Amino acid sequence: MGVLIRRVLPAGPHALLVELADQADVLGLHAEILRRLDSDDGWPWPRPTDVVPAARTVLLDGLEDPAPLAAALPGFDVAPARAPDGRTVRCPVVYDGPDLDAVAAHWGLSRREAIELHTGTEFVVAFCGFAPGFAYLTGLPPEREVPRLETPRTAVPAGSVALAGEYSAVYPTRSPGGWRLIGRTDLVLWDPGREPAALLTPGVRVRFEEADAG
Amino acid sequence: MSPVQVEVVRAGALTTVQDRGRPGFAHLGVPPSGALDQRALALGNRLLGNPPDAAGLETTLDGVAIRPDGACRIVVTGAPAEVSVDGRPAAWGAPVEVPGGGLLQIGPAISGLRSYVSLAGGVVVGAVLGSRSHDLLSGLGPAPLRTGDRIPLGDRPPAPPSAVDVAPQPAPPDELELTLWDGPRRDRLADAGASLLRSATWTVASASNRVGLRLEGPALPLRGAGELRSEALVTGAVQVPPDGRPVIFLRDHPTTGGYPVIGVIDPAELSACAQARPGTPVRFRPRRVGWTH
Repeated sequence: MGVLIRRVLPAGPHALLVELADQADVLGLHAEILRRLDSDDGWPWPRPTDVVPAARTVLLDGLEDPAPLAAALPGFDVAPARAPDGRTVRCPVVYDGPDLDAVAAHWGLSRREAIELHTGTEFVVAFCGFAPGFAYLTGLPPEREVPRLETPRTAVPAGSVALAGEYSAVYPTRSPGGWRLIGRTDLVLWDPGREPAALLTPGVRVRFEEADAG
Repeated sequence: MSPVQVEVVRAGALTTVQDRGRPGFAHLGVPPSGALDQRALALGNRLLGNPPDAAGLETTLDGVAIRPDGACRIVVTGAPAEVSVDGRPAAWGAPVEVPGGGLLQIGPAISGLRSYVSLAGGVVVGAVLGSRSHDLLSGLGPAPLRTGDRIPLGDRPPAPPSAVDVAPQPAPPDELELTLWDGPRRDRLADAGASLLRSATWTVASASNRVGLRLEGPALPLRGAGELRSEALVTGAVQVPPDGRPVIFLRDHPTTGGYPVIGVIDPAELSACAQARPGTPVRFRPRRVGWTH
């Protein structure tokens, strides 16, 4: 069975929002769209300016006339949950975040077991949003969802490693935030002078590794 | 000849460097940004013979005053305003020569909200991801102007054909009647919401900014749960948060959002949205996208 495209929805006169069943199908369709855009003859339609995956959708924006692509999309043959062939980023983390104990308690684990759950998970960047370079990482088992803070913090430091809902993330820049903070990393997540500016782009795999405080 | 620099004598409430923005990075969480009234900025560049991607200054309501250290040709477009050079009235909407050391003053917007000061050669402060636009949401690009800043200009282009020295500009709107194309979550409007959408009048709220126009007025009732999983937003998206008051996203909008987008404003009408002052009445004319049926 291929990826199930549930609906192709209009997003104004020049964009399409493709709705899928789950995050794995989003990753699969996104990878397939990029593959076709990269190939010589895989994209007979006008090229989009932006292809933006999210939790259950992929947006194709900047299409002069979306109609032909809207008609063709359901015929795309896409392998579901195909492992992304992108790079793996290893992310050293000092696990001393202010919410680590609360997260461990929520999971019914010790602090040590919670850290091992996080370092033992292979994450994949599902999509970016919220701020430049802010990547939503999937991979946690569904029963490990974590509620957001009831009152967001007004300032979360850059490099904070966090959890909310089904996702983990690293704050690329200092910003307000409602995610639960479990640690911190020295990796530079966002550098506009770098290509690409974001370290974590859709499809990239991420492994968190415990680092010594210092 | 060394490049001309412009000293900011009076920065104004919010004056930013803007160009065509940085489309193509939405998948990294980067808003499109760029001049909100693209039509006005494009006209200014054309009248000066600048390339279409040249950056200019976008003012907000109360204008700006600058002093170039060398002779400089400028055009003010967008919101009509009094323009003067060393205290003498000068043209709005047509090229003006400012002598080196001369004081160019752009007064408060007479109507509309955002005037654009295009300068021959364009503003050449450092570009980020291919654009010199300040992004209010993410902070990318050059910071808003402060009094005392010095801004470098690029090489002056050859003068453009004089036939285009003056060009008509649409007056800023007294009210917005906006074409609302189908959005992905149009079906979340309850029946009462769909008829309210056609008949009601909202007004532009004072909390509006480059991120979006917030609207005051009746709450649009929606079907089902208010929140969705995050999905990507286009410029012009009309999102309905739990309080039912629609938000029209402008160019500094977040790349993803979790509330239903019921429609999308026609791109040709976004320049008018950029010029809508708080209190401006807003009505929607829903329009179907042909291929969905």
